[in-house]
Amino acid sequence: MVAWNKLKTKVCTTENILYKNSFDIEGGNFSNAGAVSTRIKWILKQIGLPDDVVRKSAIVCYESEINIVSYARKGKINLTVTPKTVEIEVIDEGQGIPNIELAMQQGYSTANQQIREMGFGAGMGLHNIKSYSDTFNISSEVNKGTFLKMIINSP
Amino acid sequence: MDIETIAKKLNLKVKSASDRLKNNVTGGYTGDLLSDVMANSHEGDIWITRQVHQNIVAIATLKEHAGIILVNSCEPARDTLEKAVKENVPIMVSNLPAFELTGKIFNLLAEKK
Repeated sequence: MVAWNKLKTKVCTTENILYKNSFDIEGGNFSNAGAVSTRIKWILKQIGLPDDVVRKSAIVCYESEINIVSYARKGKINLTVTPKTVEIEVIDEGQGIPNIELAMQQGYSTANQQIREMGFGAGMGLHNIKSYSDTFNISSEVNKGTFLKMIINSP
Repeated sequence: MDIETIAKKLNLKVKSASDRLKNNVTGGYTGDLLSDVMANSHEGDIWITRQVHQNIVAIATLKEHAGIILVNSCEPARDTLEKAVKENVPIMVSNLPAFELTGKIFNLLAEKK
């Protein structure tokens, strides 16, 4: 009975999904940073979402991707598009964030010199992700990784 | 105004994607912090920066910038150039500092309007 209910829920949700995919990101590899976000932006454009939704989603994905490249061993972005929302889940395996409140503050960053010299690590990433999302959730465990879930509403 | 016009008027050296010089420039953004450029620049902007590493190409591609201008005669890194050729992103070099170059381009775009 439980299994059937689960299945039913799944079927109902699936009907509303326009697109769903998962994208792997390699930690530490700056040479490819931005490639996943560029692909996701292209996909969202193909689906025909409004420019503003595509723009916000691209910023959220890019900052998340850079965070994985800068701070994690590896990670992934799960993208789910429904007629009313773009859902972006970001899951990584890495150092995690000891103090989320501090990490959310604009200008705060733990980036090393090399990252800063490239123009990253200005302490804007998480702040940008939050401000361009309609719903923002973050949780993290030190030495395990970080989980983000953002929803961008489509008008 | 297209990139070619700006490049000629301001003596820019074109380093990549010379077949894309008809790209229309609708505005501009000056900055070296990538998150700032990512959040605040727009499609069609010409991006003025001092950063020369390959991640500038990813930003310009993602934001659909008309092109990138490097200031103070800074040359793009080799892998930056390779990426720009592959992604067809025009990179140009100016001998001016960012402040002067920005002012000149701002005026060119304002005249046009």
